[in-house]
Amino acid sequence: MKHIKTMNKANLKESAQKGGCGKCQASCQSACKTSCTVANQKCER
Amino acid sequence: MIHKYKLGGFNIVLDVNSGGVHVVDDLTYDMLDNVEPPFEEECPEKIVEKLSRFYEKDEIMSCYDEIVELYNDKILFSEDDYEKYAKYSIASPVKAMCLNIAHDCNLRCKYCFASTGDFGKGRKLMTLETGKNAIDFLLENSGDRQNLELDFFGGEPLMNFDVVKQIVEYARSREGEFGKKFRFTITTNGLLLDDDKIDFINKEMSNVVLSIDGRKEVNDYMRLRVDGTGCYDRILPKFKKLVAQRGDKEYYVRGTFTKYNLDFSEDVFSLYNEGFDQISVEPVVGDSSEEYALTEKEIPAVFAEYEKLARRIINNEKQGGKFNFFHFMLDLDQGPCAIKRLRGCGCGNDYVAITPDGDIYPCHQFVGIEEYKMGNIDEGTFNLEMKKEFANAHVYSKPECRKCWAKFYCSGGCNANNYQYMGDIHKAHKISCELEKKRLEVAIMMKAVRAFGEQE
Repeated sequence: MKHIKTMNKANLKESAQKGGCGKCQASCQSACKTSCTVANQKCER
Repeated sequence: MIHKYKLGGFNIVLDVNSGGVHVVDDLTYDMLDNVEPPFEEECPEKIVEKLSRFYEKDEIMSCYDEIVELYNDKILFSEDDYEKYAKYSIASPVKAMCLNIAHDCNLRCKYCFASTGDFGKGRKLMTLETGKNAIDFLLENSGDRQNLELDFFGGEPLMNFDVVKQIVEYARSREGEFGKKFRFTITTNGLLLDDDKIDFINKEMSNVVLSIDGRKEVNDYMRLRVDGTGCYDRILPKFKKLVAQRGDKEYYVRGTFTKYNLDFSEDVFSLYNEGFDQISVEPVVGDSSEEYALTEKEIPAVFAEYEKLARRIINNEKQGGKFNFFHFMLDLDQGPCAIKRLRGCGCGNDYVAITPDGDIYPCHQFVGIEEYKMGNIDEGTFNLEMKKEFANAHVYSKPECRKCWAKFYCSGGCNANNYQYMGDIHKAHKISCELEKKRLEVAIMMKAVRAFGEQE
């Protein structure tokens, strides 16, 4: 494409169909005990 | 829903519902103000006319085609069809626990949200019996979840370290029987660290959070010992030693910034220059009447500092340096699934906090707020109605989140902040949201720089 460059797989929809297993960490446990960021976590499936 | 912004010389477009991130030229950026589904076969004449004052007609036509192609691929203007998943985690098992092992602290940090360690409830240490009951509760309420998380928190957990060791031993002794694996973490101010504790932490804890604010003068202004002196010189060598012996295991040095150090990129780099490469420096949580609090007035300065920090990190990478800044970490491809993203930390649902008295709260930030007491570990009570209330607090039940572009990145923010500032776990706290959105925009821009090089 000339005008648009897509940076990622944009796979959120796909992730919903296979997701919800609950294996990943609770998000506030790693470093961030006072402010919530989920998107920096890894899927652990 | 799309969100577009300009930063660092890039035009960035997020397709909120697919997670798509696109870097676009000026023409596309402008055209996206004028088009939305349903699309026509060719670019409508009135749009061509409007844009042809600035762009060539052929370019306009081909740009429109690209937008339509991405729409057909469902990575631009894609539909939000996740609300049906919001009900999935209502009966979620409890898999993570914060053990407030000591409601006591040997520091008197000026910004402490825990009233210098005792959460306003008197100084107490957790007994081994309560700790064992907490482990049993987690084993029995975690359903099919194999990985269980247990965070030793306080106050200062090293003030009750013998009990920490015995709880770890007890939990390990029961893992096999239940088919579970405990992941322990600990958060410490470092004052009581010695070689034995460092060895134990590095052996047993999958993550350790080391509290230090950055520059000595910044740290020592807020993080005071009981005698009023700063703690920096005492903790820094201990933290260095712990990290040096830790190998590949996770850790964070974690600082707090306040109104007094709005130049906090200096603190991040101070920690980096001391040899740490896993760094988190986060905005203070506190009542807006406090001197140190961040208010709406400080937002522009904090935004500018996040941009400055990003530039400094990129420049550092160009010179071969590397470290992780927790709040800029973002995985655009392999991050958590959409279902996980509907709720944040899971507090009050799959995550709870336990006090030395055995009281159960939705998380450490709710501790001491009587109306949010969920039960007691020693008495065997647990309020499932309240658990359900928290399970139902997701991005679709929070009015501001529902319409926000950042909802699948922050997942509805911090329920405790919402309650403390707004009086309702469903009401977004504006300043937290503004800072979160800025961090996301900056973090995505940094990805663009790494992919395409600098634009300015």
